[in-house]
Amino acid sequence: MADRDDEKIVDPGIDDVIEKLEPKQIEQAVLRVLHEESAARLKIYLETCVHCGLCSDSCQSYLSRGKDPDFAPVAKVKDTIWEMVKRKGKVDGPFLKRAARIAFIECGACRRCSMYCPFGIDIAYLIMVVRRICNLLGIVPQYLQDTTNSHSVTMNQMWVQQDEWIDTLIWQEEEARDEVADARIPLDKEGAEIMYSVIAPEPKILAQLLGNISQIMTVAKMDWTMPSTDGWDNSNMAMYSGDFEVMGRVERLHWDCALNLKVKKIVMGECGHAFRGAVYDGPKWLGWSKPPIPMVHAVEFYYDLLKSGRIKIKNKIEEPVTIQDPCNIIRGRGLHHKLRWVVNEICADFRDVEPRYEHNYCCQAGGGLINCGPRWKVARMKSNKVKAEQFADTGARTIITPCHNCHSGIEDIIGYYKLGMHVAFISELLVKAMERPEA
Amino acid sequence: MNGIEQSPLDWVYEFASGPLVWIAIIGFLGGGLYKLVTMAQLAKQEKIVFPTMSAKHGAQSVLHWIIPFANRNTRMRPAFTIVSFSFHLCLLITPLFVMGHAVLWQQSRWAISWWSLPSGLVDVMTLVVVFACLFFAIRRLAAPEVRNVTDWTDYALVLLVASPFLTGFIARMQWLPSKVMLTLHIICGALWLLAIPFTRLSHMFWFVFTRAFMGSESGKVRSAKDW
Repeated sequence: MADRDDEKIVDPGIDDVIEKLEPKQIEQAVLRVLHEESAARLKIYLETCVHCGLCSDSCQSYLSRGKDPDFAPVAKVKDTIWEMVKRKGKVDGPFLKRAARIAFIECGACRRCSMYCPFGIDIAYLIMVVRRICNLLGIVPQYLQDTTNSHSVTMNQMWVQQDEWIDTLIWQEEEARDEVADARIPLDKEGAEIMYSVIAPEPKILAQLLGNISQIMTVAKMDWTMPSTDGWDNSNMAMYSGDFEVMGRVERLHWDCALNLKVKKIVMGECGHAFRGAVYDGPKWLGWSKPPIPMVHAVEFYYDLLKSGRIKIKNKIEEPVTIQDPCNIIRGRGLHHKLRWVVNEICADFRDVEPRYEHNYCCQAGGGLINCGPRWKVARMKSNKVKAEQFADTGARTIITPCHNCHSGIEDIIGYYKLGMHVAFISELLVKAMERPEA
Repeated sequence: MNGIEQSPLDWVYEFASGPLVWIAIIGFLGGGLYKLVTMAQLAKQEKIVFPTMSAKHGAQSVLHWIIPFANRNTRMRPAFTIVSFSFHLCLLITPLFVMGHAVLWQQSRWAISWWSLPSGLVDVMTLVVVFACLFFAIRRLAAPEVRNVTDWTDYALVLLVASPFLTGFIARMQWLPSKVMLTLHIICGALWLLAIPFTRLSHMFWFVFTRAFMGSESGKVRSAKDW
């Protein structure tokens, strides 16, 4: 019962590539991933799944599309990797088109379903195996592939050149000085305690966030720096396009950059998947048991600043707010209580979501979904009606989203479902609410 | 041969109750061991599997999933939870502690005295297994999200699991010629045991490992819960 409109969508990154593929190539790519790149997990997961369907109700796309069985996590596995294994890689173009749509558009690899599978099967991992196979064949939605190309060439996601990067940092330092007189963005300061990491959308389209962090760091009197050279962006879309070679390069350069600056730790800005790439997927691919120096996410960082009194709140935000629990820092780091503590410090009227914490619904934007571009936007929106309903039920005006993907995805949802709400990063509220020296 | 002709049924019965039982037990244990060893080797290849494992977080996760209603999914579907937990409990306990099996241990050359449950209770437990299997089969047909991922092998497995219980129950009630039923009962039981390591019934072995891995990854690596 898959959506007819979605099936009609033509994506050159998928359709044009599939047209040129030979059956032999397809078979080789599938077998390479099945036999050379995967082992126990894939085999045990496939052998253990008893087709019980208990994962279905965990998926926002299944729930949002009137419980269409084709959108249940187990169905997404059945229509992709089960068939590839069963047919020993002898799958055809139409099959691959469907598999690519399922793996890249209908699953955000948020891992909520793993928490509903009685066996704890990592369904998102199985979907990532499908993406890897697609990637080896060159089948990747065009916009997503463009971000990977950008990483490959510029080491950041959005083709930001070094002069633009430095220029943006200096510009935002000036902006911050309007609010906090001695605000700085110290570049390449060797031996600083903190390297602050951002992702390319910040200099490209959300530059004010760089100004915000400059204010926050200055008021908190932190010893921090940002690199002026490549390695400042670890947003890493290659991790989601299945190009693990490029993913590894991006993560290695990012950590090298921090090590060259001899910083004690990295503070990751409000981004979930960059955090995931740097702390989990990157080190895993590089064969490291853990990152070489600690990385803390912005939520933890703000928590520490507020808890220690380095930042004090002067004017709490009055309008009702709610939260998006981003998968990569909640299911991926357990920061839900700290997030709520921070929000309650900054805001006077916090209204929690249901379901919450590890059980929150995915934004249907992370995991590379939103990066698949505008042609897939309506499909994404149809797959996340439950998210709109979840937020509408809170009666809040502002949705706090400490993750770039959640932020953009939920902005889309607010528009599509006419929720009349708006999204905000924590830093945007924090700079309004915090006590600062007179400018 | 004492002048008594062995009927084909006698021959089958003797084969089933003798060599077949041994084949089943050896196949079950040997197959299980083979699977565990080969999977452990494959898990080593993956590099991240063993370093991720944590006894504490693995055990926490397993506990939250073997106790009914200790995780969100089982709370969301109470009827299914009750059926499924009763089914698995009865499935594992009944064959071990039914009087008929205890008698066999007693009569064996080792004369092992083994515990057994009251026969009335065992009857109920047997029926729980049979009706739960019926429930699973009907659910496969009735629930679209399950029907969508069901093929004939799923029904075959349900039938295979139900068969030793159904035949055992009929044999005990003596509704049909008891030797025929006993023979069928032993064959079904042997097939069931043999199937465990080599079919999706192997979740009996893998459950602990997949669960513990997810629990370890969630708890030790990601500081989050997976229930």
